[in-house]
Amino acid sequence: MLKIEDLTVEVNGKILLHDVNLEVEKGYTNVLFGPNGAGKSALMRTIMGFSEYRVVKGRILFNGEDITHLPVDERARRGLGIMMQRPPDMAGIKLRDLVKVTSKGKKDPEALAEKLDMKRFLDRDVNVGFSGGEIKRSELLQLAAQNPSLYLLDEPESGVDLVSIEQVGMTIKELLAEGMECPGERGTKGKSALIITHTGQVLDYVQADRGYILCNGTVMCSGNPLKMLEEIKNKGYQECITCRLTR
Amino acid sequence: MQTDKVSLKKRAESAIEKKAAFGEDFELNKYEEGSKISKPIEDLRTLDEESKKTLLQVGIIPSEEGRSGSLLVLDNAVSHSSLKDKNVELMSTHKAMEKYEWLKDYSWKLVQVDADKYTAKTYLEDADGYFIRVPPGKKSAMPVQTCLMLGSKKSAQTVHNIIIVEEGATLDIITGCTSRKGVEEGLHLGISEMYVKKGATLNFTMIHNWAEQIGVRPRTVVKVEEGGTYVSNYICLKPVRSVQMYPTVRLEGKDAVTRLNTIAIAHAGSELDLGSRAIFNAPGTRAELISRTITIGGRLVARGEMIGNAKGAKGHLECKGLVLTDKGSQLAIPILEANVDDIELTHEAAVGKIAKDQVEYLMARGLTEDEAVGMIIRGFLDVGIRGIPEELKEEIENTITQTAFGM
Repeated sequence: MLKIEDLTVEVNGKILLHDVNLEVEKGYTNVLFGPNGAGKSALMRTIMGFSEYRVVKGRILFNGEDITHLPVDERARRGLGIMMQRPPDMAGIKLRDLVKVTSKGKKDPEALAEKLDMKRFLDRDVNVGFSGGEIKRSELLQLAAQNPSLYLLDEPESGVDLVSIEQVGMTIKELLAEGMECPGERGTKGKSALIITHTGQVLDYVQADRGYILCNGTVMCSGNPLKMLEEIKNKGYQECITCRLTR
Repeated sequence: MQTDKVSLKKRAESAIEKKAAFGEDFELNKYEEGSKISKPIEDLRTLDEESKKTLLQVGIIPSEEGRSGSLLVLDNAVSHSSLKDKNVELMSTHKAMEKYEWLKDYSWKLVQVDADKYTAKTYLEDADGYFIRVPPGKKSAMPVQTCLMLGSKKSAQTVHNIIIVEEGATLDIITGCTSRKGVEEGLHLGISEMYVKKGATLNFTMIHNWAEQIGVRPRTVVKVEEGGTYVSNYICLKPVRSVQMYPTVRLEGKDAVTRLNTIAIAHAGSELDLGSRAIFNAPGTRAELISRTITIGGRLVARGEMIGNAKGAKGHLECKGLVLTDKGSQLAIPILEANVDDIELTHEAAVGKIAKDQVEYLMARGLTEDEAVGMIIRGFLDVGIRGIPEELKEEIENTITQTAFGM
């Protein structure tokens, strides 16, 4: 579904990512690990197409189509959806209106908001004065309205209090299963996701298929995400870098 | 009284050449006096379709549905006045001056005849206009609508309005200032004196819709007494040659409150010099002056001034301006003045382009770039008109959408 080949990206003339290779298959949930500053968010934002990130080499394929140089809205229309870590304040734009236009009027903002306990935020300006947890729920609400086929989730659990984590985790689980009637249909009808996580808490709710470790702007290795998480928790990322160097 | 008149006349005559502090200087003798006689219009619905459309664009409803009363000034003549709300008095200023001896204590008491050539001219013309009063404790059931229309080419319209909201009373006004289709050049001079008495509330919404060669010089002073509230929404979204105004609200009574909202778009060839001023003359008074302006090729000056003369006064001034093309300009000039301690006056000013991250954030939700920009502009201006009557919002939003996409 998503295939990234030898991707090198610069921001303001500085290389942030280089020779990145990564894949998310149909129905898969893959996880991106890595220390702060490794370039995880940059990679996600590059996949979404934000203009600040300039691809200097390699390509991004989505459902077989080269989308490397498509504008953001074209990518959204093809089925990419992002949950941002720090979305901009949108003064004057009501969450209700954004949800409405995002779903093209097909979904009821009230019903979607009810689920995420966000009803009282519908008439607030998007992101203005939202806490970390409220931003996550607002982003999820917008994604639920958007209904993408590939979810790019940048640290869905960060800043979320312990009680709300379950809500956020369960919502992601439901969103990824939308359109599926049984778990066996995951590979054909399920949604795909690429998730950035530091704590791994979100992995209690979704079935993760493959993990990638991103260090110093490139993918170091891939493997079983839960095992990787355990390794990272025990040994930290230095071990990954050492391992790669001795390979 | 006679001596009063003589001295006012003298002062006006001495100021007839006096240039205004801001804005382009208009030569008054280049314009003909607007006609003081016009055929009375019994029913606004009988106007031709074009005129009705013109009225609707400035929030004036020809059927008068949802309105307490209506008054239309065409050039310099009051040509229509009707009223169905017993809680409101509405008539021409001249009639009111004849009817009420005491009104002389309100006329030309807030606006100075010699403030500049435009006030002087309006005085010397003995301008008519609208008089609206709500007796103590009464409330206008629906907004009163007034329309000031420039009906003849190259003419100067002079108008003098007086509004009195008595103790504990409430009044909503929608006033539309516009020019008849085909009238592209002219001058509009409008004096408004507004009195908001103890515990009273006045909501005043003014929509301007002029033409490319029209100069507009409103002169407004509002006096708010103890516990009174004055809310103003000013909207100017269409092309005009030059608007310069600096309405002043004097908060004279304890805990008096005012909020002035301005939204405006400067088209190529337009100069909009828009200010708001609040003077805090009593303890505990509060003010919020908000302006949201966009230039798509014209020059915009957003002024704001707060003068704190009494303890416990609190005010916030916010000027935000978007520049959507290289040809336009935005100038924000906030002024704060504190003359006693225990005062809190703040301001926030920002001018520049639409933030790219905001546009792309919306695009990531599937909106096209144009749709995203449109939504951001609507949101930007919306902050400036949060108190506006619902039925006007749609018309305003349509105009905003056209502006955003028709650049």
